[in-house]
Amino acid sequence: MKTDDLINALATDLPAKQERVETALWRAIAISLPVSVLILLLALHIRADLWAMLLSSPRVLFKFVFTGLTLALTIWSVRELSRPTATARSIARTLAVAIVLLASAVCAELYALPQSAWKAAWMGDAAMVCMAMIPLLSLAPLIAILLALQAGAPHSPWLAGAAGGLLAGTIGAALYATHCTNDSPLFVASWYALAIAAVTAAGGLIGGRLLRW
Amino acid sequence: MDDRERVWADDMRAGLAGDEAAYRRVLASLAVFLRMQVRQVLNRYGQSAADLEDIVQETLLAIHLKRQSWRPAEPFVPWVRAVARNKTIDALRRKGRRVNVPIEDVIETLPAEPQAEHLSEHDAVQILSNLNGRQRDIVQSISIDGASIRETAQKYEISEGAVRVALHRGLQALAKIYRSTGHEN
Repeated sequence: MKTDDLINALATDLPAKQERVETALWRAIAISLPVSVLILLLALHIRADLWAMLLSSPRVLFKFVFTGLTLALTIWSVRELSRPTATARSIARTLAVAIVLLASAVCAELYALPQSAWKAAWMGDAAMVCMAMIPLLSLAPLIAILLALQAGAPHSPWLAGAAGGLLAGTIGAALYATHCTNDSPLFVASWYALAIAAVTAAGGLIGGRLLRW
Repeated sequence: MDDRERVWADDMRAGLAGDEAAYRRVLASLAVFLRMQVRQVLNRYGQSAADLEDIVQETLLAIHLKRQSWRPAEPFVPWVRAVARNKTIDALRRKGRRVNVPIEDVIETLPAEPQAEHLSEHDAVQILSNLNGRQRDIVQSISIDGASIRETAQKYEISEGAVRVALHRGLQALAKIYRSTGHEN
């Protein structure tokens, strides 16, 4: 096939609607979020004191501010990384902000708590439940987001997939936070972070193959 | 450079809004431009230009299928270059070359080579033979035979909608074939 022939085909195919990554992404979140919420309500339950604690506890507030901010930054990163002109710098900035935030909260907590209380605050109770539930709550979003990212043209498919995984993991973490009563940043910085990292890695592994274009 | 950026971006924007003539114009211009760009990247990695036209076609296909990844507000030529670079590197990796991609491009410092017009006549890889029957017939009818959607629909006695779907899927399948490690050469 000569190049001019190909151009014939491409020009004739012009009316075919191409979805933008942004639209596909929002739709993916809109569809998968109710699924995860359903799992949350069936398997666990939202903590009864959620609203009260949000208003009174800086730790609980921090949990949601942190996941909310990471969510916003990651959505931006995912969109950036879905383009052929993207570099790793965009996600590096996101990660840097999230890490600095988390580190600050950890420091504040270590300062606020007496040393004897550190271990208990860090271990919490049911860390294993946290580690299992966050990926479970992230599953539907992960699948939906990775499928949506196929509309993109990422310079680095695995990096875009990892950003998608980070997004899905953070959604799962935000949902889990509505149930979890372990409020210490020490708990969040270790168990939540570990669970989110696992989902991120899954996104990177799958994305590396799925998101080629 | 600025004139080229402006004209191409205008045509691309018009194309995205549905102007087929403008879209053809910019694709034809890009084919010429891409031959230069891809050749420069190949030179940089010490590769021969044997697969040049293959890669140019693969890049044009990618530009078409992923045209939504260009935001009309941003510069057009850098986006085209980025797509070309991605596709050329992918092609090199498929051939087994270890390719280290530096962050900054030095493409601008290489002298432009005289355009090899004859390359456009080169019948690149018999790639259409890799498509399934229906898609191959339709893509061939529209590309090589230059038939319209309507003419193709009449020829194969199917609806115009079915032709459009087969064409689109055929192009997507082509992209996938390029991506796989070994296609018929």
